[in-house]
Amino acid sequence: MTPSETVIRVEHLRKVYKHTIAVEDISFDVGRGEIFGLLGSNGAGKTTTVECLEGIRRADGGSIRVLGLDPQRQASALRGRVGSQLQESRLPDHLKVWEALELFAGLAPRALDWRELLNAWGLAEKRSSSFASLSGGQRQRLFVALALVSDPEIVVLDEMTTGLDPAARHVAWELIEEIRDRGATVVLVTHFMDEAERLCDRVAVVERGRIVALGAPVALIDEHAPELRVVFTAGDRDVGWLAGLDHVRAVTQGGPRVTVHGDGPVLALVAAALVERGMVPRDLRVERPSLEDVFLGLTGHHVED
Amino acid sequence: MQRRLHPLRALKAVLRLTWVELKLFVREPTTAVFVFAFPVALLFVMGEIFGTRGDSDLFFRGFEAMDYYVPAYFALVAASIGVIMLPAHLTGYRQGGVLRRFRAALVPMWIVLGAQVAAALVLAALGAVLVWFFGWLVYGVSRPADALAVAVAFIVTTVCFAAIGALLGALLPAPRAAQGAGLMLFFVMLFVSGTGPPTEVMTSLMVTIGEWLPLSHAVLAIQDAWLGFGWNSTALLILAAVALAASLGALRAYRWK
Ligand SMILES: Nc1ncnc2c1ncn2[C@@H]1O[C@H](COP(=O)(O)OP(=O)(O)OP(=O)(O)O)[C@@H](O)[C@H]1O
Ligand SMILES: [Mg+2]
Repeated sequence: MTPSETVIRVEHLRKVYKHTIAVEDISFDVGRGEIFGLLGSNGAGKTTTVECLEGIRRADGGSIRVLGLDPQRQASALRGRVGSQLQESRLPDHLKVWEALELFAGLAPRALDWRELLNAWGLAEKRSSSFASLSGGQRQRLFVALALVSDPEIVVLDEMTTGLDPAARHVAWELIEEIRDRGATVVLVTHFMDEAERLCDRVAVVERGRIVALGAPVALIDEHAPELRVVFTAGDRDVGWLAGLDHVRAVTQGGPRVTVHGDGPVLALVAAALVERGMVPRDLRVERPSLEDVFLGLTGHHVED
Repeated sequence: MQRRLHPLRALKAVLRLTWVELKLFVREPTTAVFVFAFPVALLFVMGEIFGTRGDSDLFFRGFEAMDYYVPAYFALVAASIGVIMLPAHLTGYRQGGVLRRFRAALVPMWIVLGAQVAAALVLAALGAVLVWFFGWLVYGVSRPADALAVAVAFIVTTVCFAAIGALLGALLPAPRAAQGAGLMLFFVMLFVSGTGPPTEVMTSLMVTIGEWLPLSHAVLAIQDAWLGFGWNSTALLILAAVALAASLGALRAYRWK
């Protein structure tokens, strides 16, 4: 997709802490109305990157434009236009949920009705609970609600669904899509590949402070993990001959279980050949590559060391 | 397109945050005990020791002991808020990421600190009224010679200590360190500023140390106004200068964190 209007432009971003190069060289654009994902191993530099966008950290090199403005030098002009959830933050222990929402709504130039956010994010029951008494997932939802209360044009969510139960996560996904449908742009840092695949128009995979892949999830899968796997149970019959079929790259047999690695129409070809030889396995199925395969392929070797 | 912060909006933001801070203070009883109870308790101790002595010509600047201590403890209330309560509170905010939340919402730091100062003023006023009420109730302490001058000196004192608290909150590494350093500073000041033993019995070394710490000037500024010596402009100027320097230092220090 070609974004109509660029709302975030990051060029050769660089950020060095005392002993670590957190971000070496990162560039990307985000278009209005996009949901843009940042994936990457722990310590890859995702949080550092979004904190530079949010104006919380000063970049050491490169340039950042958010809605055409410099988040460091023109921060006051961005107030209320960018909503940030933050991977790590707290509120005062004794602050109540409704007080937090009312406070941040009051500090924003223009605010949504925080009572609606309270309901939408499932916090109505907890409205009078103190921050300290909230569970991890409830805190997380409160932070997302706080990020949204100023009705921002850009929403930055750093591991928004970490700590949410499966039902809450699905609700969160729907709410994020709703936010986008209302015209906001979303930058989403996540470790959940299903979340990225489901929500993001484009994702960038960050590794050691650089972007190693960028594109729509489907395009990345085609490019980096085109391989399909056909899996079935063959008992003790030898199926080595499958390797001779078109579109088959390799056959591995572990005990009774056979995995055929291939691409394109490999499933149909394998099925036909098996039937022709009188084999009709009941559990023949194809495993399609997912973003997770792309991710592991691009970053897996780093996770180990 | 640019949404600059209108002064009236900024004031509203400060008031909003102040209100929240006051509610948080009420919900954290341990700090409340120290800020409100300690000066009163100390006033009681001093009252029991010196309250009925007849040789007040030699001590207490020629006044009754309680007329000397009540205004002095107004300053003590402000000091306990500034050097004990605020540094621990703000280092906690800094470390826990509460300040990051404000920064992410692009709330200017001066609004956050302004609310701390405003909350400190409210609490200090309550603490001072409590000290005064206790002094009146138990020892019959009467009214100040110049109420306006007392009020001004008290406000300058409180702002000064709140600014010092904000600066310490930026510089000290963690709430525990802040608590330790704050208590230490508080008790050193207490003993050399005329709030412990009266100035007349202090050695010249104690007096000198006291002169380098803000509490002695705060005590003089408020006491002079209370006892009828008028405006102590030297003390007020020193306090104002410290307040200004500490505020600027605090804003700078938080910007770099
Ligand atoms: N305040 C800091 N001081 C020093 N080093 C830091 C600081 N914050 C992050 N780093 C380092 O910078 C690198 C990038 O960190 P960052 O938080 O951006 O990673 P991340 O991609 O968000 O990781 P995660 O998935 O674990 O959240 C890491 O090596 C980290 O140790
Ligand atoms: Mg992170």
